[in-house]
Amino acid sequence: MKGEADSAVDRSKAKDGPAGGSETGGEKGDTPTRWIGTRPVRPDGVDKVTGRARFGADVHLPNMLVGKVLRSPHAHARIRSIDASAASALPGVKAVITRDDFEDRPSEFVPAGEMLVNYRDMVRNVMAREKALYEGHAVAAVAAVNERIARQALSMIRVAYEPLAHVIDVDEAMAPDAPLVHEDLITAGVEPPPTAPSNIAKRIEFVHGDVSKGFAAADIVVERSFRTCPVHQGYIEPHACVASFSEDGQADLWCSTQGHFVVRGHCAKLLGMEVSKLRVIASEIGGGFGGKTVVYLEPLALMLSRKSGHPVKMAMTREEIFRATGPAPGTHIRVKVGMRNDGRIVAGEAELKYQAGAFQGSPVQAGCMCAFAPYDIEHVKVIGHDVVVNRPKAAAYRAPGAPQSEFAVESVIDEMARKIGMDPLQLRLANAAKEGVKAAYGPTFGPIGLVETLEAARDHPHYRAPLAPGQGRGIASGFWFNIGGQTCATLNLGEDGTVALVAGTPDIGGSRASLCLQAAETLGVDATRIRPRIGDTATLGYTFLTGGSRTTFASGMAVIEAANDMIRQLRKRAAMIWDIDADAVRWVDGEARPAGANAGEFTPLSLAEIAGSAGKTGGPIVGRAQINAQGAGPGFGTHLVDVDVDRETGRVSILRYTVIQDAGRAVHPDYVEGQLQGGAVQGIGWALNEEYIYDDRGRLQNPGFLDYRIPVCSDVPMIDTVIVEVPNPSHPYGVRGVGETPIVPPMAAIANAINDALGIRFTDLPISPPKVLKSLREIG
Amino acid sequence: MRYESPETTEAAVELLAGEGPRCRVLAGGTDLLVQLRAGMISPERIVDIKRIRETQEIRVDDGALVVGAAVSGAELGEHPQAKGIWPGVVEAAELIGSTQIQGRATLGGNLCNASPAADTVPALIAAGARCRIAGPHGMRTIPVEDVCTGPGQISLGAGEFVLAFEFPVRPPRSSDAYLRFIPRTEMDIAVVGVGINLTLDEGGHCVSARVAVGAVAPTAIVVEKAGATLVGTRCDEQTLEAMAAEVRAACRPIDDKRGTAEYRTAVAGVLAIRATRIAVERARNA
Ligand SMILES: Cc1cc2nc3c(=O)[nH]c(=O)nc-3n(C[C@H](O)[C@H](O)[C@H](O)COP(=O)(O)OP(=O)(O)OC[C@H]3O[C@@H](n4cnc5c(N)ncnc54)[C@H](O)[C@@H]3O)c2cc1C
Repeated sequence: MKGEADSAVDRSKAKDGPAGGSETGGEKGDTPTRWIGTRPVRPDGVDKVTGRARFGADVHLPNMLVGKVLRSPHAHARIRSIDASAASALPGVKAVITRDDFEDRPSEFVPAGEMLVNYRDMVRNVMAREKALYEGHAVAAVAAVNERIARQALSMIRVAYEPLAHVIDVDEAMAPDAPLVHEDLITAGVEPPPTAPSNIAKRIEFVHGDVSKGFAAADIVVERSFRTCPVHQGYIEPHACVASFSEDGQADLWCSTQGHFVVRGHCAKLLGMEVSKLRVIASEIGGGFGGKTVVYLEPLALMLSRKSGHPVKMAMTREEIFRATGPAPGTHIRVKVGMRNDGRIVAGEAELKYQAGAFQGSPVQAGCMCAFAPYDIEHVKVIGHDVVVNRPKAAAYRAPGAPQSEFAVESVIDEMARKIGMDPLQLRLANAAKEGVKAAYGPTFGPIGLVETLEAARDHPHYRAPLAPGQGRGIASGFWFNIGGQTCATLNLGEDGTVALVAGTPDIGGSRASLCLQAAETLGVDATRIRPRIGDTATLGYTFLTGGSRTTFASGMAVIEAANDMIRQLRKRAAMIWDIDADAVRWVDGEARPAGANAGEFTPLSLAEIAGSAGKTGGPIVGRAQINAQGAGPGFGTHLVDVDVDRETGRVSILRYTVIQDAGRAVHPDYVEGQLQGGAVQGIGWALNEEYIYDDRGRLQNPGFLDYRIPVCSDVPMIDTVIVEVPNPSHPYGVRGVGETPIVPPMAAIANAINDALGIRFTDLPISPPKVLKSLREIG
Repeated sequence: MRYESPETTEAAVELLAGEGPRCRVLAGGTDLLVQLRAGMISPERIVDIKRIRETQEIRVDDGALVVGAAVSGAELGEHPQAKGIWPGVVEAAELIGSTQIQGRATLGGNLCNASPAADTVPALIAAGARCRIAGPHGMRTIPVEDVCTGPGQISLGAGEFVLAFEFPVRPPRSSDAYLRFIPRTEMDIAVVGVGINLTLDEGGHCVSARVAVGAVAPTAIVVEKAGATLVGTRCDEQTLEAMAAEVRAACRPIDDKRGTAEYRTAVAGVLAIRATRIAVERARNA
């Protein structure tokens, strides 16, 4: 075994093999690699720019029907009755489904993405049962021969609603006399349990040290309250799927998802099927950011297909996406920080209230855990509340829960730095978490790169560039855990020595390219000779979804292990051809070589040569891996931003933006930079303009990109990036996840920059022009 | 639903008059097709006016600009003279949408869609542009400000449509400007828009000025008093403040998802000042 592991990474040009990953504090290029760190054209690139790539709505099957959803016009209403008889009778309508078609499910919590789901809630979220809980909640669905008839059928369904008082604000929802979203919801996490129901689903508490002691030792204490609005992930491709049930009870489902195995599990449960009878095929995906880790249309399409006997396609309109799919939660957060005059933070306290939407399960727990994670603080106490309201159920959105709480903490820390006259970057350096520090949420950090990102920020020309009068500069750091998890991968060796790589994690951010590079590095072959595919749920073993910044890390580890499995077989085949012991064969630079003089004199055998003769040496060669990836490396980033504020209109312009992040190891730097830039851009929208606007009846007023203002290209400068590499020792090449951390710092960085420009501390997001102008007028 | 694309004004009038209110004019379609797809309208007949020669022309007759109602923003922007004579009108037209939308969006559509926030309308009104309207009773010409009567409402009768926009001849040292406020940098709807058109004498004094404001009332409005404030002055900062005060006094905005009444009123004054500065600068060099 040992010899095998060594040979897998023994490359003539490498002095130290990357396996084992014992090196720390490494800079870019520290470990010589041939493929890791290069920027080849992505394998899926051509099909995407030519339009050939097939997204969720691009599947067409014979006799396919169109499915459409009837949605509640009320934010909160009891559903007295649903009469679909006229719709069912309309010629061209092949199936109508309502709550009666779905069996109720017991209340049980199971992990999905970075959250927990409850099937009792899920069956109610995909189709309203006793009550419609938000405007846009699905109430019925039809399948018809075309969209026009489907729409007409929807208009013929009679739903008798009894409108109820609604609540969408988190503080109002927590008030004792608030309308109850669920009449039977008893707050969990409180001892003794309350006897009366409320909208507070859960109370959680993290305590580390003793905050009263901490605050007693503080020279200054700052306490502030913050509010953030729900924000949408803003993926460009709408949810879409095609379901096809056959008469024997088996089904195929094509959909745009971040995790087809997770979709299979949910749909099988909601339809009462065995998972092996449902095959889910992930299409190309036009963005997800966490929003495509849940099911909306998929169970409906399957049910309509089962009922009608036809394939059914469903796709949401943009309006449906805004009204019925989960945003990141809006929040109300109180933060209190105690500091000594020398800049040492001695205590941190926070209370977080997160809107879960119509069903419990907001990411408030992650928000609590992340709030103070970037800092080494002796005394920390964080309390969180998960609060249900009449809005769509919150869904994951990059680093779910963290951007809100870290916005609050990073704002307070900036204010304290100003109070004691210390550079906010130096203050962060003085308190930064590093290897060996016990995080407030429990674990002790291994090698992490926060200090390195802060030092890179300090040394970056951006940090010292002069600002014009009236402009401001802000800085903020951010943390996210990153995860590993269950993952499979297969490498199928073709008879000409090329390799088909099959992974189970849908590729959202260029991960196929990164997986190829890791396989190429391990096998010692040209990356262009490896073609990657995303396998369906019948092709691979269970693979958790693309989320938690885990794909390049976890699927990467699986691919490396599959490559090592293949190398083991290749060495055996070479040994057979040479008639020597397998231990006497080394795999170097993509070929089998005798291990040394004692092994004998043989001409090396290339991958292609061994592949070509595989039929004679034992049959096909397939490298496999099924792993539960452990040891994901936490991600830290630091953002620098310069702003200008139009003092007459309140409009904030982003002048310059630099993202610095520890990637562990940037496998394909283009896609790391893309993640860093994307996070900054989404953060700019979150900070400045994005909000859900409701009328007094709880109906969304801006369900589209015209009035829900994500940034357009001309709103943002070129986002500069710096990749810091502090390798993750658990991954053979040092990879950490990078996809989520970049959304954490922007809101505070921008608020801190605006404060630098105007001397006004904004605590409510978005910091939109009317708010800025109003505050400017108040200070005269 | 039927689609027609007549080649003459007469044929278009006949088709439009025949179907009554369930008939719609189609120019670039950047409003109409969106409304159609959203189910907001369901006309029986759509009459595309783009094949009618007069709707596609840009002419300069003795210094007077005439722009066909179906000329796209991109064509107007590329015309060798239009921008020189009416930079404010052309910059307003070029603000509409994106490159793709620019290839289609028209002045006629922008006006007749009757959105209170339409970008070209304040610029057209400030310019003193007039609409040439074809109809069952022949041609008539009315000021642009007489077309919109409320959000989505226009004064045109059955069978009538806008054929072209006629601009007055410009005295020397005249120019115009249009500014709008949007939270983003593009692809957004004006929270406020201000158009100004003015003429200076040789000494740099303002001899005439017309100010129009969009998105602060059910239709774009002319603020006569704002223009009058500038006349006889050199548009110094104090005068500009007085002019802005008149603009703010004339605003009757609503609170909606795009801005509060208070915010709109405040920013209308700011934009009026900024647009005037630009127009003055242009007029000095015109
Ligand atoms: C992505 C996008 C961005 C946009 N951005 C802006 C913007 O920044 N600013 C802005 O003001 N608008 C904007 N719009 C709206 C629209 O593009 C403009 O109003 C445009 O000028 C409409 O012109 P059109 O030729 O496309 O009109 P159409 O859609 O063809 O017509 C609009 C209406 O006017 C009627 N009509 C058209 N021509 C005539 C005529 N000659 N006589 C009588 N009736 C007529 C039609 O029947 C219809 O009711 C945007 C639209 C989109 C889709």
